Amino acid sequence: MTRAAPHLVLALLLAVCFTLATTIQPRTRAWSDRAKSGNVLKMLLGDGRRMFANHFFEQADISFHSGYYPSIFDQREPAGKSAMASGKDEHDAHDEAAHAKAMAFLGQPRDWIEAFGRHFRITEHTHLAHGQEREILPWLRLSAELDPQRIDTYTVAAYWLREKLGKVKEAEEFLREGQRNNPNSYEILFELGRLYRESLQNNVRARHVWEFALRKWNEQDSGGAKPDPFQREQIAVNLARVEEEAGRFARAIELLELGKQTSPNPAALQKQIDEIRQKSAPPSSAPNAPAY
Amino acid sequence: MNNVLAISGIVIKELYRRKDFYVLFVLTALITLVLGSVSFFNDAKIVRYLKEICLLLIWVASLVIAISTAARQIPAERENRTIFPLLAKPVTRGQFILGKFLGCWLACGVALVVFYLFFGVVSESRGRSDSSTTGLTSSAATEGHAASAKADDHEGAAGGDEHHDDHAGTEHFSVLLNYVQALGLHWLMLGVVTAIVLLGSVVFSAPSSNITISFIGIIGILLLGEHLNKVALRQQQPVQGILYTTYFLLPHLEWFDIRDRVIYDQPPIAFVDCGLAALYAIAYTGLLLFVTWFVFRRKTLTL
Repeated sequence: MTRAAPHLVLALLLAVCFTLATTIQPRTRAWSDRAKSGNVLKMLLGDGRRMFANHFFEQADISFHSGYYPSIFDQREPAGKSAMASGKDEHDAHDEAAHAKAMAFLGQPRDWIEAFGRHFRITEHTHLAHGQEREILPWLRLSAELDPQRIDTYTVAAYWLREKLGKVKEAEEFLREGQRNNPNSYEILFELGRLYRESLQNNVRARHVWEFALRKWNEQDSGGAKPDPFQREQIAVNLARVEEEAGRFARAIELLELGKQTSPNPAALQKQIDEIRQKSAPPSSAPNAPAY
Repeated sequence: MNNVLAISGIVIKELYRRKDFYVLFVLTALITLVLGSVSFFNDAKIVRYLKEICLLLIWVASLVIAISTAARQIPAERENRTIFPLLAKPVTRGQFILGKFLGCWLACGVALVVFYLFFGVVSESRGRSDSSTTGLTSSAATEGHAASAKADDHEGAAGGDEHHDDHAGTEHFSVLLNYVQALGLHWLMLGVVTAIVLLGSVVFSAPSSNITISFIGIIGILLLGEHLNKVALRQQQPVQGILYTTYFLLPHLEWFDIRDRVIYDQPPIAFVDCGLAALYAIAYTGLLLFVTWFVFRRKTLTL
C-alpha cells in the first residue's frame, strides 16, 4: 500500500474542516441567540442571568433602606411588597406601620457578641429621601438588563424617576423599553398612563394607554392567565377619572362599576358613582313657586 | 526585636517585587473606572453603587494578598532551605514567626493604604449628597430636620451661612474619619487573617491546601459568623451546643467590615468601640501566633 503524501492528507483534512464549518455554522445560529445579542451580560451569562436579576432588585431595596435589611437568617414578618416597590402604589398609614413592623427584625441582642457587633452595623430603619432615591437606580437598571421580563423593575424605577427625581423623559424611555420587552404587560401600560396623566398632564394619551392596558388585562383574563385583579381596579378607577373629566359620564360609571367588582372598598366607589350620576342627571325643573 | 524587623523587612520587599499587588490593584482600578464611566438615566450624582463595588473589590484583593503572602512564607523558606542559615543566626523560632507575621501584616497595610487612597479619590470625585440633608427619612431624622430648620430661622441669614459651613466641615471630617476607621479595622482584621494562615502553614503540608482551606474558612466567618447563634437556636441539642460554642470561639471578623457605614454615609463609630475591637483582634492574633509558635517549635524542618 502506497503512503499518501502528507501535504495531500493535510489538504484533505482542511477541505473536510471547511465543508463541516459551512454546513454546521448556519445551524448553530439557530441553537442560541446569545452571540447575536447586543447585551454583554446576555452574551456572557445566557439565560442564567435571570437568577441574578432578583438579587439586584433586592440590592436596590437594600440601598433604599441604606443597608438596614434583614438577612435570610433574620426573622422577618411577611410584608408583601417592599417599601421601595410599594412606594409607587397608593398606601396609607396602616401600610407604613406594617412595613415598620416587618423591618423591626433585629430585636434584643441574644448575647454580648451580637450586642457588641451592632456598634459596627446599621441598626436604624430609614428610607432614602431628598433626591437620594437616585442611588437605587443602577441596581434596577442592572436587574432589567439581567431579566428584561421582570416587570416590577420597570414600574418601580419609572415611579422613582418621575415622581422623586423629576426625570420624566428617562422614566418614559425606560417604560417604553419595558413595553418592548413585555408587549402584553398591563402593569407597564398602567404606569405609562400615570406618567402621561400625572407628570405630563396629557389626559388623551393617558386614556389611550389605559384603555389598551384594560384590553391587555381582559385578554390575559380570558386566556386563563389570572392577572392581578387589584391592577384592573387601579386601571378602571384612573380611567374613570379621566372619562369623568372629559364629560363622558356613562363610560366613567361603567368603569367604576368594573372597578367595584374587585375593590377592597366598594362603598367608596359606589359613592363616586352616585356623585357622577347626580352630576350627569339633567337639571330638574325648578320647583314651582307657591301660589299666593 | 532587630531580628524580627529584619525578617519583616524582607517580607515587605518580597511583596513589592512580586506582581500580585500590582495586578490586583490594576484590576480593581480598571473595573471601578469602567463602572464609574457608565451613566444611569443621565444622572451623574449616583455614587453608592460605585463605592459598593470598589470596596468589595478592595476586600477581595486584600484577602488574596494577605492569604497568598502569608501562606507562602514558611513553606518557601523550608523548600529553599534558607530557613537553616536563618535560624542559625541565631534567630529563635518565635522571632522567625513574629518577623514573618509582622512583614505580612505591614505589607498588607501598605497595600491597603494605596487601595483606600484610590477609593477615597474615586468616591469624592463623584461627589456626595447635599450636605444640608442626610438623605434619609425616619422619625428621628424628621425631628432632626425640623429642629435644625427652626435653629436656622433664629440665627438669621449670616449666622445660617456660618452654620452651613460648620455643618459641611463636620460632615467632611465625619467622612474622613469613616474612611480612616474602615482602613484601620480592615487592617486589624487582616492581622487575624495573617495569623490564621501562618498557623495553617505549619499545620498543612502544602501551601495550596492552606490557601484553599483558609480562604473558605475566612469567607465562611465573614458571611456566616454573625448568624451562627441564630442558626444554633433553631437546632436541637447537641447540635445547638456545638454551634453556639463554635460561635463564641470563632474570631468575629465581620465586626471589622464596616463597608456599609462608609457606603451609606453613616456617622463614625465611637472610639471606645473601635478600641475594644482592636483589643479583640490583638488578643486573637496573639493567641494564634502563640499556637503557631507552639506547633512550629517542635516541628522538623526537613521536608
